Amino acid sequence: MQRAISAAAAAELIQDGSSVMIGGFMGVGTPGRIIDALVARGARRLTLICNDTAKPGIGVGKLIDAGCVDHARTSHIGMNPITQKKMIAGEINVELVPQGTLAERIRAGGSGLGGVLTPTGVGTVVAEGKRVIEIDGVEFLLERPLRADFALLRAHEADYNSNLTYRLTAANFNPLMALAANCVIAEPDEIVPVGVIPPDAVRTPGVLVHYLIERPQ
Amino acid sequence: MDAKEIIARRVALELRDRTLVNLGIGLPTLVAAFVPRGMSVAFQSENGIIGFGAPPPEGMEDPNLTDAGGGFISALPGAISFDSGMSFALIRGGHLDMTVLGGLQVDASGHLANWMVPGKMVPGMGGAMDLVVGAKRVIVAMQHAAKGVPKIVKSLTLPPTAARSVSLVVTDMAVMEPTSQGLFLRERAPGVSVGEIVANTGATLLILDDVPEMPIGNTSRDAA
Repeated sequence: MQRAISAAAAAELIQDGSSVMIGGFMGVGTPGRIIDALVARGARRLTLICNDTAKPGIGVGKLIDAGCVDHARTSHIGMNPITQKKMIAGEINVELVPQGTLAERIRAGGSGLGGVLTPTGVGTVVAEGKRVIEIDGVEFLLERPLRADFALLRAHEADYNSNLTYRLTAANFNPLMALAANCVIAEPDEIVPVGVIPPDAVRTPGVLVHYLIERPQ
Repeated sequence: MDAKEIIARRVALELRDRTLVNLGIGLPTLVAAFVPRGMSVAFQSENGIIGFGAPPPEGMEDPNLTDAGGGFISALPGAISFDSGMSFALIRGGHLDMTVLGGLQVDASGHLANWMVPGKMVPGMGGAMDLVVGAKRVIVAMQHAAKGVPKIVKSLTLPPTAARSVSLVVTDMAVMEPTSQGLFLRERAPGVSVGEIVANTGATLLILDDVPEMPIGNTSRDAA
């Protein structure tokens, strides 16, 4: 059985300068209470790894608004004009990664692989500085694995052993990130007794999770 | 019929029964409203669902049920949800029959640019690079010209989305098909002449004697 901690305590664990993978797609499936606590703590110099930077005031967009992030690895910033403005002003360094490549780099990082070979990005600026490897006559890019200091997940249910479920489109990058960080913190909507979640329904085994965020009272 | 509806109706004629299709954000999303009657098409949204439907009644939205633009959707009977790894395995692995994407430029050999304008607008590629590489058919749905400037060009001046050529380009003026010989003008929009199309196109078009009008008059409007 693990200890559930407050979102504020989680934000204290995540020191300035950390790399953080945060689940979510346009703010859906993002651990909003941890993000609010990071903003309240005044976190600085975070490297954000997330599918997108959502919108101002939404999901990880709040971290961008508050100046918590100085480096972002993401596939899309088009819905967040503040990210674009800060990128042009040189306040945030943005590394754009194709969405499927981001998913596979995180999966590789979490599953002990030395990288992935993908056809995505061949012949584009994404290929700059990367090795092109030909397999059976087809060109692939060698994309390196991606890990982070922290993974911040949003789950639907967690049991007392931190086994996690997700809801509909809120899963997105969460199950992949659960494997790819040194410290994994999950923010569930509900915490239920062990046994409530059937074994087949568990999508992230609790052994991967270091901390649960307390259920809001 | 406005320009967007012409494009959406014509793209919808490319849909086939019992296929898996991904529609990009924006104009391509409109295609879902024109699925031909009696046809069953499964729409995928890359944030992790197959089988989504129109937004639910007001007040019944689920914050965990959204499309790739973050908009509320519903799930049709038989819908399935999955994570981003599965979503892009479907896209990259050749399991997606068709994708419809917006475009900034398409060149004479069918190369697409749709993810950035250097120095001006850098939204990022999102899933577009994976979609162009992996979908069996890639259809570009876009306006023929932007403020009088042709979007069909001899060669791209914007960064390409992929090395692969797209399958078909549908605009408010024409349907064009990139081939090994060049870019064929296949159809013209209702009331648009071949001369007008050529005047608004920056690339050389291969034109056959008869360029038929888009057959979009008899499409029934069904909610997806």
